[in-house]
Amino acid sequence: MNVLKAVSMPAPKRLRDLIREIRSARTAADERAVVNKECATIRDSFRDQDNTYRCRNVAKLLYIHMLGYPAHFGQLECMKLIASARFTDKRIGYLGAMLLLDERQDVHLLITNSLKNDLSHQTQYIQSLALCTLGAICSVEMSRDLAGEVEKMIKSSNAYIKKKAILCAFGIIRKVPDLMEMFIPATRSLLNEKNHGVLLTAVCLITEMSEKSPDTLHHFRKLVPQLVRVLKNLIMAGYSPEHDVSGVSDPFLQVKILRLLRILGHNDSEASETMNDILAQVATNTDTSKNVGHAILYEIVLTIMGIQSEAGLRVLAVNILGRFLLNNDKNIRYVALNTLLRVVSADYNAVQRHRTTIVDCLKDPDISIRRRAIELSFALINHNNVRGMMKELLLFLETCDPEFKSDCCSNIVMAAAKYSPNKRWHIDTVFKVLTTAGNYIKGDVVTIAIQLVSETSSLHAYSVQQLFRFLRNDYTQQPLAQVAAWCIGEYGELINSVNIEEEEPLQVTEDEVITLLEKVLANNNSSVVTKEYVITALMKLSSRLSSCTSRLKKIITTYGSSTNVELQQRSVEYTNLFTRYDHLRPAVLERMPLIQAHPHSLEDTFTDDNEVNLLADSVSRTNVHNLAISPTQPTENGDILDIMSNGTPAAPPIQSNRGGGAIDLLDLLGDLGSDVPPVNNNTVLSPVGGNNFLDGFIQTTAPPNNFVNGASSLPVVTAFNKNGLIVEFICQRANNDATKTVINMKAANSSPFPMLDFVFQAAVPKSFQLNLQSPSGSVIPPVNAGTVTQLIELINPQKQPIRMRLKISYTQNGNTISEMGEVNTFPPELWQ
Amino acid sequence: MMQFMLLFSRQGKLRLQKWFVAHQEKTKKKITRDLITLVLSRKPKMCSFLEYKDYKIVYKRYASLYFCCAIENDDNELLTLELIHRYVELLDKYFGSVCELDIIFNFEKAYFMLDEFLMVGEVQETSKKNVLKAIAAQDLMQEEETPQGFFEDHGLG
Repeated sequence: MNVLKAVSMPAPKRLRDLIREIRSARTAADERAVVNKECATIRDSFRDQDNTYRCRNVAKLLYIHMLGYPAHFGQLECMKLIASARFTDKRIGYLGAMLLLDERQDVHLLITNSLKNDLSHQTQYIQSLALCTLGAICSVEMSRDLAGEVEKMIKSSNAYIKKKAILCAFGIIRKVPDLMEMFIPATRSLLNEKNHGVLLTAVCLITEMSEKSPDTLHHFRKLVPQLVRVLKNLIMAGYSPEHDVSGVSDPFLQVKILRLLRILGHNDSEASETMNDILAQVATNTDTSKNVGHAILYEIVLTIMGIQSEAGLRVLAVNILGRFLLNNDKNIRYVALNTLLRVVSADYNAVQRHRTTIVDCLKDPDISIRRRAIELSFALINHNNVRGMMKELLLFLETCDPEFKSDCCSNIVMAAAKYSPNKRWHIDTVFKVLTTAGNYIKGDVVTIAIQLVSETSSLHAYSVQQLFRFLRNDYTQQPLAQVAAWCIGEYGELINSVNIEEEEPLQVTEDEVITLLEKVLANNNSSVVTKEYVITALMKLSSRLSSCTSRLKKIITTYGSSTNVELQQRSVEYTNLFTRYDHLRPAVLERMPLIQAHPHSLEDTFTDDNEVNLLADSVSRTNVHNLAISPTQPTENGDILDIMSNGTPAAPPIQSNRGGGAIDLLDLLGDLGSDVPPVNNNTVLSPVGGNNFLDGFIQTTAPPNNFVNGASSLPVVTAFNKNGLIVEFICQRANNDATKTVINMKAANSSPFPMLDFVFQAAVPKSFQLNLQSPSGSVIPPVNAGTVTQLIELINPQKQPIRMRLKISYTQNGNTISEMGEVNTFPPELWQ
Repeated sequence: MMQFMLLFSRQGKLRLQKWFVAHQEKTKKKITRDLITLVLSRKPKMCSFLEYKDYKIVYKRYASLYFCCAIENDDNELLTLELIHRYVELLDKYFGSVCELDIIFNFEKAYFMLDEFLMVGEVQETSKKNVLKAIAAQDLMQEEETPQGFFEDHGLG
């Protein structure tokens, strides 16, 4: 039977023959024909369950797969090969599994069992194949199923298996981080190994673990001395031909260790201290005649800048980059630019020193280098070099590849706004961008340019005349045409103004202006947006220019039949404005008010918000509940934010009024008074202080005894009461300092008129020290609608009875009132 | 960690592909096509690095063959060049002054070599000797299984 079969089915084509045949195909169609025919034969053979040649067929299929043809029908055959006992079958089967299967196909799970068997095979090379395939596919399910086996294999005494198991663990952790725990114990001892493969893979694994979890990072910090020792042995070791690369001992291991050191030393002064010496040693002793030496120096620079290294070492690192930058090898220059960008924030001045070289790289013919250089250049612009840098960048903008242009424009405009030495320069720069980059400019630049011109009233005439000149030269650039059209429309009457910056005034007739705009409008290449700008500009000009109304009207009316809805609508509306509402026209077309929505002002608002939030954070630490309430009271919330942005963030503005009428809210908040302990031992943060925040929201002044919480029933002293002004003190002894008393002053106004310019001053005998914080405000609203509060700190080292003199002044109904007073009624608990 | 490695010829033919991170077949083809075009269009004096999507591409040409690796942002480009060189050295030792044809006709051996040198996108062995030893031992196992005289018919041929 077998003989018969062999006769009917000749041995399939050999792999080499197939490759040869495919290669000899003259055309793509020929190749396809060969491949299709062979695939058909292979499918037949698979269907016949042929075991002898399965391996050869799968190998052929893998070659066909590489050419881009579908080969999924080989997936199951790979599994059969893996299950075979023959090594050749397994070898090709696993190779096929790695190439044809991945975690995206569920079918990969079918090999889990074979993998499990082979992981415990007695032949190390079969174990190795299984490990390699597990590492390559490493799906979540597979990782969970086989992590236990891998963990056991890490403990193997066979370095060949050990290193592969370690990398498998690395892959598993990358895929399923919560399996990390189970590998940590086995990982600890790995650095004691001598075998480079094991060391290298172990460092990989530790790096991955440390990056994944801060706890593990902390745990592995202990390894720093050991890593330093391994690195030291490595560079002190004599020549070892199997690991050395052009005289540098095992660069792969060195770089991995350096990288791990960077992660372990980051933000840890002790670990950083331990590695300082070895870093200096590697940095100075590495031979840099070849690429490999630079690879190590590159890594070490990143490590030095990434940890808390000594100042001298940092200088050394930046100097290394400086040398890189002058290297003839393009690769090394690229790396230098890349790295400088990463360290520019850490060591701005050192990088600044290489500015000229960096700017030179903008002219490099290699796009990779230019890309790095342009990014770095923008990072290096500051107030001092903005003129010079901008000149270079504008030059770059002229010649650079289209893909850079739009980002480059936006960045230039941004940098110009940030560092411009004066308005004239700023406007010139933005105009230069508009004329240089043409249609690559993004819409935001148009808005910024218009905003810039509009807010610079002293340069309106200059701007409009310049723009007219630019537009006359080239009206095909849409962004420029838009800005120019807007400005000419808006400031058309200034087109011949002689009152401009040292430039020759433009001598054009009104007709010329209109003719130019008309050309833009008629140009087929003008975008609809540009046309919209122009049509509006023409409309505005009807009130700016004296003589051409009828011509303008004619042009605008033409577009009443435009096929573009937007243009048509404008045209019809404007025409109506000419005819039916002509009396309204001058008023409607008056100058635009200053545009508010400037992207930068927008940015500013954002930063302001952030500041407020930051401050709010510092307060929220003192009283979390405060912020929880604030949104329900928008007005008062605003006030609080106001206080915060005025006051120093270090002194949380605690209003020194008493928590009158706070019952409801106090209930809501439970026992806030007793529950909020002073967080940072600052006496300011007394429980009363906490409650006082509430007062602002309640805006009433009920009697102080409403405090339900016994703990906070503190002595209240009425310090002053005259003409409706009531000043009360809530006094408390500081918890941490027996000699210190904290007084919250609260001033309320029950009269019907507001008290303005309210100033509260206090004086104490010489044996005391007095510290007045800034008040919450200077206006006390009428009829108890609000209070001014101020914090007084009193240090009483001799524990004397407290006496205080007051001086109060305010303006009411235009009269300045000044009052004096003395307070002797402080409760004795405050000093006894 | 390396994301993938591609070997392709000056004519733009793919000779080897190793993906360390799973992608759809379509994506792989697109990336391969893009990179072959990008790399082949670069002039010989340009640097060996490119930026493509989120990867850093490190490539080097050896005779008619381009070796092209995609690495992550934190990885060392210069060391990746060394890694490529090491792989070439290994192939060279194994085939005895390797050329493109060796890799075409013995692509499975080139894969076996790569799998002994790299795993999960990381270098697993920095000793050339150890890598070659492991390959030689496995080749021997393969030969021993193939009955004498039947080699031509039963092996990969």
